[in-house]
Amino acid sequence: MSYSEKVIDHYEHPRNVGSFKKDDGSVGTGLVGAPACGDVMKLQIKVSEDGIIEDAKFKTFGCGSAIASSSLVTEWVKGKTLDEAAAIKNTDIAHHLALPPVKIHCSVLAEDAIKAAIADYKKNRAGEDGQA
Amino acid sequence: MTAMTARDGKTNQAKHPIYLDYQATTPCDPRVVDAMLPYFTEKFGNPHSRNHAYGWEAEEAVELAREQVAAIIGADAKEIIFTSGATESNNLALKGVAHFYKDKKDHIITVVTEHKCVLDTCRHLESEGFKVTYLPVKPNGLIDLAELEAAITDKTSIVSVMGANNEIGVVQPLAEIGALCRKKGVFFHSDCAQAVGKIPLDVNAMNIDLMSISGHKIYGPKGIGALFVRRRPRVRLQAMINGGGQERGMRSGTLPTPLIVGLGEACRISAEEMDSEGKRLTALRDRLLKGVSAKLPEIYVNGDLEHRVPGNLNISFAFVEGEGLMMGVKDLAVSSGSACTSASLEPSYVLRALGLDAEMAHTSLRLGIGRFTTEQEIDYAIDHIVEAVSRLRELSPLWEMHQEGIDIKSIVWADH
Repeated sequence: MSYSEKVIDHYEHPRNVGSFKKDDGSVGTGLVGAPACGDVMKLQIKVSEDGIIEDAKFKTFGCGSAIASSSLVTEWVKGKTLDEAAAIKNTDIAHHLALPPVKIHCSVLAEDAIKAAIADYKKNRAGEDGQA
Repeated sequence: MTAMTARDGKTNQAKHPIYLDYQATTPCDPRVVDAMLPYFTEKFGNPHSRNHAYGWEAEEAVELAREQVAAIIGADAKEIIFTSGATESNNLALKGVAHFYKDKKDHIITVVTEHKCVLDTCRHLESEGFKVTYLPVKPNGLIDLAELEAAITDKTSIVSVMGANNEIGVVQPLAEIGALCRKKGVFFHSDCAQAVGKIPLDVNAMNIDLMSISGHKIYGPKGIGALFVRRRPRVRLQAMINGGGQERGMRSGTLPTPLIVGLGEACRISAEEMDSEGKRLTALRDRLLKGVSAKLPEIYVNGDLEHRVPGNLNISFAFVEGEGLMMGVKDLAVSSGSACTSASLEPSYVLRALGLDAEMAHTSLRLGIGRFTTEQEIDYAIDHIVEAVSRLRELSPLWEMHQEGIDIKSIVWADH
């Protein structure tokens, strides 16, 4: 199958690859997918005191569309509030990357990764607040 | 033939990637094309025309080809039936025997790692009321002869076991299977599309009763194949295609003379060069495996390396997904067991049958080496694969976990 130019660009020049320390209280980590299904995404967000996502990083095991979807969302979530980031829809990702129908699940996974990272961040904060 | 041009690693700007998918198909050997050409134009006669020279010269060419095909498997020319390819041959062998002997026998034995056209034919026969046993394979891809023996009953008409597997290249113990089938009085069919011309085959020494052969896997044209049907002891078939009664009534239809000439010439060349070519391909395969193993940890060869056709490698590159990897090795034309594009998202059933976890099956590449592969191409492929796998591992959360000593199997993954 052929990939769109945007998928190829993100695959060949992935944005924001890497990891933050998981125990950093300002970091939320989302790990979604499963190796047996051929896709695993790890998306991390670093959130400022005033609730803005100031940085994001990802690592992905998967096909080119999965790598591109996760690379794209690291760009999209930066500068957004948690609520704004949570509003990113898989259809926006699929549309932007021109994903074919068989690759829609990659964009779904990327949306799930954002939500999982936000939930993890909130859980960490709640834990810290509880201790304080 | 741009795909076959040797090139160095630095200036790989050719239009076509390096072809390393020889189990999918092969280019026609130029010698094959040369042999075929006259039969499209001046020697265009119908080989079944008995009353003029056009027919005679076509018939002569067909019969020479029949001898060339027979020779490569140690058969008699009279035992070769031309078909449209191995898919038709497999259909004819299984349906033909099952239907002809159905009043006395209704059981078929095959193997879970067979090609889809054998498995699908067996499913079809099941829907007609036949019973089919699908034998498992050992982790090296080979069947257990004791399990085969135990599966044969007095209702078994035919056992179908492929010569060499299309994904992992493993070669089944054909002589032992043949001896067992002969002892038990059941027919032995072997899909040898991937074995003919690659390993020595002898239908008499191996007690093979039916054998499927493909043209385009052995540098011949697409659209032509053959089925060997033993005459002594005689194997009878119910034809699937009815008509003018060509091919001893087993396969009607005007024979495609140019394609048959091509198949014959392809067999002649393969038989002549099998020995030296086998050694050359084995050396290239070893070079490729050694090259990637030296630079990449955590890679695994799928299927037995000893009992294997020379030109096949199937490797799992742990923690890197196969389809993503194929995109990374874009200068190579290869295939993957990952089949991520299929609706089911199921990885290769052949790799799963070896007992591989789905996650490992997702990380596999099939590398097929053939007649026009050069050492320079192998060296380029090594560097390209090493670079792509290393880059994708840096991108892989699973590789990161592995580096941190986390057991990936200990994590509860969500299904999706």
